[in-house]
Amino acid sequence: MSPEILIAIIMTVIGASTPILIAALGELVVEKSGVLNLGIEGMMLVGAIAAFAVTLTTGSHWLGVIAGIVAAMAASMIFAVLTLSLMSNQVATGLALTIFGIGLSSLIGEGYVGKTVPVFGSFFPAGLAEHPVLKLIFGHSPLVYVSVALTIAIAWFLKHSRAGLILRAVGESDHAAHSIGYPVIRVRYMAVAFGGALAGVAGAYFSLVLVPLWTEGLTAGRGWIALALVVFSSWKPWRLFLGAYLFGLVMTMELHFKAAGVTLVASEFLAALPYLATIAVLAIISWRGQEKVNAPACLGKPFRETT
Amino acid sequence: MPLRLEARPQYSRPMLYATPVLAVVLTIITGAILFSAIGYNGPGAMYEIFFKPILDSYRWQDLGVKAAPLIIIAIGLAAGFRANVWNIGAEGQYVFGALAGTGVALATYEMTGWWILPLMCIVGAIGGAAYAVIPAFLRTRLGVNEILTSLMLTYAAIQLLFYLMNGPWKDPEGFGFPQSRTFTDYQILPTVIDGTVVHLGVPLAFLIAIAAWIVLSRTLFGYQISVVGLAPAAARHGGFDANRTVWHCFLISGALAGLAGIFEASGAFNQMVPQFPTNYGFTAIIVAFLGRLHPIGIILAGLILAVSYVGGEGAQTSMGLPAAGAWIVQAMMLFYLLAVDILVRYRIKFKSQIAGGAA
Repeated sequence: MSPEILIAIIMTVIGASTPILIAALGELVVEKSGVLNLGIEGMMLVGAIAAFAVTLTTGSHWLGVIAGIVAAMAASMIFAVLTLSLMSNQVATGLALTIFGIGLSSLIGEGYVGKTVPVFGSFFPAGLAEHPVLKLIFGHSPLVYVSVALTIAIAWFLKHSRAGLILRAVGESDHAAHSIGYPVIRVRYMAVAFGGALAGVAGAYFSLVLVPLWTEGLTAGRGWIALALVVFSSWKPWRLFLGAYLFGLVMTMELHFKAAGVTLVASEFLAALPYLATIAVLAIISWRGQEKVNAPACLGKPFRETT
Repeated sequence: MPLRLEARPQYSRPMLYATPVLAVVLTIITGAILFSAIGYNGPGAMYEIFFKPILDSYRWQDLGVKAAPLIIIAIGLAAGFRANVWNIGAEGQYVFGALAGTGVALATYEMTGWWILPLMCIVGAIGGAAYAVIPAFLRTRLGVNEILTSLMLTYAAIQLLFYLMNGPWKDPEGFGFPQSRTFTDYQILPTVIDGTVVHLGVPLAFLIAIAAWIVLSRTLFGYQISVVGLAPAAARHGGFDANRTVWHCFLISGALAGLAGIFEASGAFNQMVPQFPTNYGFTAIIVAFLGRLHPIGIILAGLILAVSYVGGEGAQTSMGLPAAGAWIVQAMMLFYLLAVDILVRYRIKFKSQIAGGAA
């Protein structure tokens, strides 16, 4: 394999990994607080269309990202009100959020189908960003660096900050956390909002970087892979980071085979591979028994503050 | 906070029946506002989606045809949801079952006989159940979360469909279109009302719902899945095997999804096409909840969701509302149902009413 091809593969893998990394980091924080939000796919799509529409109108990628964050956060608040204030079933509510997000993004995106925006590319000078080797470091969208920074920040936050400790306490034992005076519901609201914000960034990555052209349902089930990634990581940010790149490699396998002109297997099989690989990975992880050890104890359970 | 929630000693029956209706009413109001906000005639759209299909007797046959797969799939899912078994991949089992049945159809292409159609349906149901074995096995043996695995398998099933349509099962006389042969007269579900599109699958859907009602309310099995869902510890104590319940729920919901799939392929499409997956497997989740996981409720909910599908199509042609409009309406129904559900479990009281007692 020539170095150029290897570099091209690494660039594609980073591109595919970044959105699931960002979305999964958000979900990790949500789940650490004891809430299971299955609505990532829906929130990502809402974020993707908002980011796309605003970038197209204003010409500013950053304004687009902010719009994506705001829109996905708003969507996450529907989930928060239902599950946290009205104590609805988290699985059903998350699914409803996904169906809603798919519908809303298609409806709003109706007028944008086929339109394109300039790629939200590297902000480094072309000499670095397009250098055949140095582009490995400098040739990425700003959101790629954001995803690395987020991993570091969230790892630190959960392990070393006081707020992170409270978040984990709420997720591990809501009643104990409540009885020593922590606002369980408020903490969970903030966690869900944060998860929504990151799903919005991930969605913006899809529509501004990965496929800077609006197509219906452009996230193609990646939100579910982000959810699986959280389980794979055993709720640890750095394992999540590694896992995202591993999944990125599997997800882009179809492209690599095509580029190399190899047709060993049907392209449909390669398209299904990320999903099959996810199942295999989940099976292996559970077989080793780590899932049960590390899952936040209150994950998915409703909580009612009784004074 | 001027309002306060007070837990009811037991679930409120009137609310159990009233809340789905309330959810639909709230959806109609919100939908009218939402669609107006994005530049459509909101009230007009809601009339098209929710009332036109009911008032227009010409569309009734479409309602039956759309409701049938939703009801059949939702019946199976509801059994699982009652027992806290989350099969989210009914869409995949629906596709896989339909493919299994189509396999029979293609193998018997040049044969004749009354037995072909029943065989297709049986194999379709077995195919759906077989596809559900994977998440059931992973959950019971390895403790893998069934939500993610069943869902991932949906994406895999759709790719399998694409593969078969583009390759091995492509109609040799189909001018290169990626679709299967058209089924023969021995492979197509007959229509039950002459001159309409209502196929045999429609009355069967209602029969399946009624049979499920009897099983759930009159047998030990029905009792078992409720107990496992409501009180897992008590169920273990009572000797009910939780893993066995997971298996039962997956096999039943998979088989019903597969059956719905082959009914749809045989009765509605009359062949297999890449456009076959139409999200019935996901919409059936909404049907199951809106129907309160009860077979009779599911019949009504299936009809309401069918109304939104048929009405959505109507709104598409008459006022240019995209198909996504109907999905939003469907998601809103589930949102509102989950929101107003709190009225079943809690009483809303004003602070002043309970000031004396709670202080």
